[in-house]
Amino acid sequence: MSGTYLGMPAFPKAAHEAVHNATLRGNLRHATHTIRGKRAKAVAEMSDWAELREAGKLIKDHTLRHLDRYLVQLEESVTAAGGTVHWAVDADEANRIVADLVKATGETEVVKVKSMATQEIGLNEALEAEGIHAYETDLAELIVQLGKDRPSHILVPAIHRNRGEIRDIFAREMSEWGRPAPEGLTDTPAELAEAARLHLREKFLRAKVGVSGANFMVAETGTLVVVESEGNGRMCLTLPETLISVVGIEKIVPTWQDLEVFLQTLPRSSTAERMNPYTSTWTGTTDSATADGPSVFHLVLIDNGRTDTLADEVGRQALRCIRCSACLNVCPVYERAGGHAYGSVYPGPIGAILSPQLRGTASEVDASLPYASSLCGACYEVCPVAIDIPEVLVHLRERVVQGGPVTEKGNKVVLKPAKGHAAERAAMRAARWAFSHPGALRTGQRLASRSRRLHPRTLPGPGRAWSATRDLPTVPAEPFRDWWQRTNGGKGMSK
Amino acid sequence: MSSRELILGRVRRALADVQQDDTPYEQAVPRSYLREHGGLGVEETVELLAENLADYRAIVHRTDTAGLAGVIAGMLAAHGSESVLVPPGLPEEWLGVTEVPRVHDSAASTAHELDRVDSVITGCAIAIAETGTIVLDGSPDQGRRRITLVPDHHICVVRVPEQVVSSVPQALERLDPTRPLTWISGPSATSDIELDRVEGVHGPRTLEVVLVTASED
Ligand code: SF4
Repeated sequence: MSGTYLGMPAFPKAAHEAVHNATLRGNLRHATHTIRGKRAKAVAEMSDWAELREAGKLIKDHTLRHLDRYLVQLEESVTAAGGTVHWAVDADEANRIVADLVKATGETEVVKVKSMATQEIGLNEALEAEGIHAYETDLAELIVQLGKDRPSHILVPAIHRNRGEIRDIFAREMSEWGRPAPEGLTDTPAELAEAARLHLREKFLRAKVGVSGANFMVAETGTLVVVESEGNGRMCLTLPETLISVVGIEKIVPTWQDLEVFLQTLPRSSTAERMNPYTSTWTGTTDSATADGPSVFHLVLIDNGRTDTLADEVGRQALRCIRCSACLNVCPVYERAGGHAYGSVYPGPIGAILSPQLRGTASEVDASLPYASSLCGACYEVCPVAIDIPEVLVHLRERVVQGGPVTEKGNKVVLKPAKGHAAERAAMRAARWAFSHPGALRTGQRLASRSRRLHPRTLPGPGRAWSATRDLPTVPAEPFRDWWQRTNGGKGMSK
Repeated sequence: MSSRELILGRVRRALADVQQDDTPYEQAVPRSYLREHGGLGVEETVELLAENLADYRAIVHRTDTAGLAGVIAGMLAAHGSESVLVPPGLPEEWLGVTEVPRVHDSAASTAHELDRVDSVITGCAIAIAETGTIVLDGSPDQGRRRITLVPDHHICVVRVPEQVVSSVPQALERLDPTRPLTWISGPSATSDIELDRVEGVHGPRTLEVVLVTASED
C-alpha cells in the first residue's frame, strides 16, 4: 500500500546502519534530550497533569467506542456549516478524491500544511502523478522535500539534518522550485529561516488551493483544529480559496469543551511549550461577504487501516494517539536508530505499534516493528493519553510469531504463525539487534525500574505465552532474561 | 456500497465486542482536572499574562485608555512603520496621535497588498494568562484572519482585566466555535534547525501586546 517506504530494509538492518552514522546519532541525541528535559518542566507546571491525562484517555476511548455515531454527527455539523464531507476507504481512494477536487478548481499547484495523514497516504506523489505540484510549507518539511528525503521525526521531521546540510540543500535546490536562495547564504538558523520565508511567501500569496490535516475535529460543532508554530499553517488555512483537509477518522472529539484537555496536554507534551505559537480553528466556510478564509471547504475522512486497528481489542488504544511525539523523545531505541529505521511515517514507539496495525504484518519491515523496542515503559509513562505501548508491542509480537485472528480490510481472517517464515526471521534479527546493544537496553531498564513503581501493571497473557514458547536466540538475550526473572515475567513490578 | 457505508459498517463490526453503554457523555468522562491553576487574584492574573507573553518573546506594554494612543504612536514610530492596517471596527481614538497612513482592510484587498503594509493593529477576543495566549475571533475590531498574518508587525490591544481569563478551559467557555479563531502565543517561531529557536518564519516576526486598563476619570 501507499505510505510503505518501498524498498525499505526491515528495522534491524536500517537501525544497524543508523547506529553507525555518527552525525545522525549526535543530532538525535541532542534533540531528544533537549525536548525531553523541557517537557518534564512544562508538565511539572500542571498540578493536575494526571487528571488531564486520564480525561484525555477517557474522551478518546469513549469516542472510539461510539465512533460510528460521532462520525455521522461530524458529517452533519460540517455540512451544516457549509463544508463537504468525503469518505475514503484507503489511500488510493483518498488520493483520487483530493486530485479530483484540485483538478476541479483548474489549479495545478497546492500549498500544504505539515500533515501525517497526507504523508501516510503518499498524497504528494499521487498528486505529482496527476500533474499537480504540492508544496510543503513547514520549514522542516521544506528541508525534507527539497532534500528529496524522508521525515524522521513527527515533530521535527528534519532533525537528522544539521545546519550545514540544510544550507547546501537550500542553495542547490530552491531555484528549481521557485525563488532561489539569497546569494552568499550562510548556515545560521536565522538566515536559513529567512530564505525559507521568502521562498515560501511567494507561493502562499498566489496559492488558490490549500491542503491540510487536522489535529482535532469536533463532532458537536464541525470545527477543525490545527496546532502549529511557524504560521505556515495559518497561511494555508487562510489565504487559499479552496481548503481540502485530509483527516483520519480517529481524530474526532465529541464536544467543543473537550479541546480544553488536549490544548493543555498537546503543546506541553510535544514542543514542551505552555502553548504552541499558533492554533487555528475553523467551522465550515465563512460567508463570502467577509471573505475571511476559504470559501470552499472539503473534508476527506480516511480509514486506511484504522477500522482494522479498531477491531483489535488490545491494539485499538493506539488510535487514541494525538501525535505529540513525546514517546519518540524518551525511547532509547529511537534515540539510537533514528526515525528512518522504522520505515513508515510514524516512527518511534507509536510507529512500532501503529504502522503494523494500519498496514498488517505481511511485510518484513512491519513484522519487525513490534521488536523495535526494549519494553522499558518510558513511552507509556510520557504518553498524554496513556497508551500502553509496551502492552500492544507484546501483543503484536505474539501475533507475528503465533498468528491468530485479525481484521484485514474489514474482514476477519486468521493469520498463520510466522514460523520459518521471513517475518519470524526478521523479528528474531530485530530482537538480536536490540539485545546486542546493551546500551539501549540498559537505559531502558533503568527507566523501567523507576517508572514501574509509579505505574504498577502486568504484561498481558500474550506476552507470557510468547516468552514461554520462544526462546530468544543466542547469548545476547541475557539482559532480557534478567529482566524477565527480576520481574517474574512482568508480574512482580509493583514494588 | 458507498465508502461511507463501508467505513461505518466496518466501525460497527469492529466494535462488536464493546458493551452497549448509554451513559450520557457528561457522565461518561469525569472531569476532575482543574478549571484554573493557582487561584490567582485579578491583578496577579494580569501580571502572569504579562510574564508569559514576555517569556514567549512578545513585547508587552502597559498603559491606560488615556495613554493608549500615545503608546501606539510610539510603537509605530519605533518600528519605522510607514503604513498601518486597521480592521473596520477599530476604535478611532486608538490612532488619535499617530500620523502614519492607514490602510483599511476590505474583502477586496489581496494578500499581495497586505504584504506591502508595515504594521497591523487589532483588539482581541480574549487573553489567557496561564499560557500567554491572545485569541482573535474575527470581530470588527480584529478583522479578517489574514490581516494579522501577512504583515510583519502585529500590535494587539488587550483590555484588562475584562478580556483576561486564567486558563484554557475558561477561554473555551467564552469563545464561539462557529467563528474562525486564531490563538497566538508569541510571534511565529521555528526550532526546526538543530532546535535553535528562530522567530518569524511565516507569521509576524514582531508581536507587541498592549495591556490597557480603564483610565481613572
Ligand atoms: S503514542 Fe502517546 S506519546 Fe506517542 S505520539 Fe501518540 S500521544 Fe504522543
